[in-house]
Amino acid sequence: MSQFYTATDHFVLVPAIMLALFGCAVLLFDFFLFPQARQRKWLVAFVALGVAFTAGALWRQQSFLAKNAIDRLTAFDGALVVDGFALFFNWIFLAASLIVALVSYKYLEIEDEHHGEYYGLILLANCGMFFLAAGADLVTLFIGLELMALCFYIMVGFLRSDRRSNEAAMKYLLLGAFSSGFLVYGFSVLYGISGSTKLADVASAVAARPSSDPLVILALVTTSVGLLFKISAVPFHMWAPDAYEGAPTTVTAYLSVGSKAASFAFLVRIFMGPLASAREIWEPALAVIAILSMTVGNLAAITQSNVKRLLAYSSISHAGYILLGLIAGNDTGIQGVLVYVLVYTFMNLGAFLVVVALRRKNLLGEDVDDMAGLVHKSPGYAFLMLIFLLSLAGIPPTAGFIGKYFIFLSLIQTGHYFLAVIATLYVAVAVYYYFRIVRSMFAGQLADQVPLAASFGLRVALAVTGVLTLVIGIYPQPFLSLAEISLLR
Amino acid sequence: MNEHWLSIVLFTPLAGMLVLLFLPSSNKTLIRVWANIAGLAGFAVSLPLVFRFDRSAEGYQMVEKAVWIPSLGVNYILGIDGISLLLVMLTTLVGFLAILSSWSAVDERLKQYYAMFLLQQTGMIGVFLALDFFLFYVFWEVVLVPMYFIIGVWGGPRKLYAAIKFFLYTLAGSVLMLLGILTLYFQHFRQFGFYTFEISELMKLQLPLDLQQWVFWAFFLGFAIKVPMFPFHTWLPDAHVEAPTAGSVVLASVLLKMGTYGFLRFSLPLLPEASITPVIVQTLVWLTIIGILYGGLVSLMQKDWKKLVAYSSVSHLGFCTLGIFALNPNGIAGSVIQQVNHGISTGMLFLIVGIVYERRHTREIKEYGGLAHVMPVYSIVFAFAMLSSAGLPLLNGFIGEFTILQGAFEASRTWAAFAVLGIVIGAAYLLWLYQRTMLGEVTNEKNRGLRDLNLRELAVFAPLIAWAIWIGVYPKPYFEILEKPVAKIVERVRPGYFGAVSAEARAAQPAVQANSGGAR
Repeated sequence: MSQFYTATDHFVLVPAIMLALFGCAVLLFDFFLFPQARQRKWLVAFVALGVAFTAGALWRQQSFLAKNAIDRLTAFDGALVVDGFALFFNWIFLAASLIVALVSYKYLEIEDEHHGEYYGLILLANCGMFFLAAGADLVTLFIGLELMALCFYIMVGFLRSDRRSNEAAMKYLLLGAFSSGFLVYGFSVLYGISGSTKLADVASAVAARPSSDPLVILALVTTSVGLLFKISAVPFHMWAPDAYEGAPTTVTAYLSVGSKAASFAFLVRIFMGPLASAREIWEPALAVIAILSMTVGNLAAITQSNVKRLLAYSSISHAGYILLGLIAGNDTGIQGVLVYVLVYTFMNLGAFLVVVALRRKNLLGEDVDDMAGLVHKSPGYAFLMLIFLLSLAGIPPTAGFIGKYFIFLSLIQTGHYFLAVIATLYVAVAVYYYFRIVRSMFAGQLADQVPLAASFGLRVALAVTGVLTLVIGIYPQPFLSLAEISLLR
Repeated sequence: MNEHWLSIVLFTPLAGMLVLLFLPSSNKTLIRVWANIAGLAGFAVSLPLVFRFDRSAEGYQMVEKAVWIPSLGVNYILGIDGISLLLVMLTTLVGFLAILSSWSAVDERLKQYYAMFLLQQTGMIGVFLALDFFLFYVFWEVVLVPMYFIIGVWGGPRKLYAAIKFFLYTLAGSVLMLLGILTLYFQHFRQFGFYTFEISELMKLQLPLDLQQWVFWAFFLGFAIKVPMFPFHTWLPDAHVEAPTAGSVVLASVLLKMGTYGFLRFSLPLLPEASITPVIVQTLVWLTIIGILYGGLVSLMQKDWKKLVAYSSVSHLGFCTLGIFALNPNGIAGSVIQQVNHGISTGMLFLIVGIVYERRHTREIKEYGGLAHVMPVYSIVFAFAMLSSAGLPLLNGFIGEFTILQGAFEASRTWAAFAVLGIVIGAAYLLWLYQRTMLGEVTNEKNRGLRDLNLRELAVFAPLIAWAIWIGVYPKPYFEILEKPVAKIVERVRPGYFGAVSAEARAAQPAVQANSGGAR
């Protein structure tokens, strides 16, 4: 440790700096330039600018890695690592942030809660996600996680006068804090084992012990509880349906893709890093959790009448599918996690965007019945929703199939036939409840004549997510190549 | 142009659909005319395949190959042999006639209706043309969605239940089939060091018998649900009864053939040793025979005209699978011909039901009677369809069933005996249906004023009747087309079969030679 802040440190940190700077700048601009709610939609432009600068910084990092043919750049004495894995996830976070910001202004106006700090929180949460994907140190990772989570606690409760939103935020905060406690306790045990917070040091210290060592198991169990809570895997999923339902729909969308993607990046880093040597212990446990997640998620979704709740349960089952890639654990499996998270981001965002458009003045529009007859009123939205739902279910030629393809293949490669059969059969169950929405949209009587709340930003965002959901399904090669160079090495 | 002919055949309906989407939904005539043009174009571009097809050539013809997803080893490969040629022609013709038959039957949400038909058309043609397992699977699943909507939106009273049942049954089978596909794909990597879904590459695999059997059962679930074989048939009556007429026609004539085609194209050639395992053959044949008899008996007691035709499909498709698992040239060739026959005759039977349903809005058999007096042309067309389905000589059904029975007889006399019983039951329910609806005095006053077939409706039936007579009178070209691909499958499953069948054995089966134009 020669110099405190080297050029490499700076180069690696630029995206986070950009996000934090723009996040704070939005707050200032909001205060000075846009005192009135009607003007605040211009803040979206600031978010877009911030995302553009961050993307530029990420692009420079990506091309630097490619040009010099190196795997990774480490900074701050190994506390931050920029590798393909981190970059891949950061692209996903940025896309999610931008899309969510684009669709939010009209929605918040309708909810009468259009405040500038919302956009600041989006960027700051994204900053936290950056550290989750790029962190290689227990403390860095934990701070990233808390930064992201704090932003989300506020955003979930953003509808101050709405009882559901308050309740959701409170539940999420209490359970989130509880799980963070578990996580940090696990981290302290890992630190106790290794005497270091660097993931690499922890990994070698854990590997030096037998995996049946009680300390290792203690660290494993407590860390897992914290991590599995964040990805809303069963049995740590209780918060998800309530938080998803109560939160503003745009925040639900962000929570379900951004927070989940970041948590998966974190989870893979920990399980393939410090805990990799204890695989024989956690693999069967995670297998049980994956099966439980798919079972509870898919079966509970069948009975939901609220679309946001239905998608919440479906996201629990998706967490189960993604975990299967980690359980397989070979290159295909990890590539499967990456590809699945990528396609999940776009298809799930898209599905939530349609729900966002259904929220109109004096019309909640969250029920499956509120979608009835949508095809008569707005055929474009109905067909886009159909594509998103087919993709969520995993029907080719949509993107969702490519994600499931990798997961199934990795399970077969590693001989997990039983898991593969369970996972495939739940596809049919998933179709059943996704098609309740389809049935309502295409075969139901028109629920109301009020036109959808379609802003320019929403249309752009829907077009982008819809096109990507189809393109990744029909021509996945460029995305697969990107995922291939982004494997954790 | 020439080297991309199959792609043109494949994507013509899709192109028609894309244009259709930009037509104004208010102008119904324009939409109808365009959809019919697109359907006709789909048939017209497929006609040159018949003339270009070289009967004497081995293997696949007009093969197109392009790299699609290189990192997964997925290629866009199309090609046809005799089996797929016949099924593609059936698809393009029946697809067009189904669109034509909907002219006055459907009046709501026309644009979506025709768009779904055209999309489905591309999906079905793709299933029969694909020579890459990934591509095949994509088309296989693509077909599900339009059919869900055709049943679920334009169907009868219980349409939503029937539509989702159809979707879930077939989907559950096909995802398990996907696991089988992925297993083969991975085994290929283990043995040859690279990943590919190409069928001809996967044929080189040497798999242990137990693994073959597992994969066989995975494929079986996918294909048997589609066929449908007993006991997976329960989705079929619901789907058929609730679907609009054109939907039933396409479902019966083409969609079900995807299952039998799957057995012929994938199960048998890719898993030859599993396919002749006695346990598997016996299980499948007995399920088939149960299906033939059960389908026939249930048809006998139906009060609903359309449901009767639907259950008769279960029985008739049983003959197709019986032919396949007789595992000899007669059985398999007969099976393919019977698949085409079933497409023709059951398609006609569904159209027949549709025509009276459009006029009277009921399908209760007892509501009708003596229609021959009111609708003479209609009753003649119905007679053709019914006799073709029952297997009267000089019509197509006889050729198929006879050849299958020869194949079954060669494999086991017991199987053949049960199958003959099935034919007798088949004749019974069809003739009885005809008698109850067409013959005698007009029993219901409401039927007095029914309009006979108009020119468009006649135009729908004419090509099907002509085709039925052609196959019935002069089947030789069909057997010639099928000779090479069928021989290839049999040689693959039972190596040395053709050497073992001695000259005496062949002399003992003169009919085979007559039919197959002198088999080897």
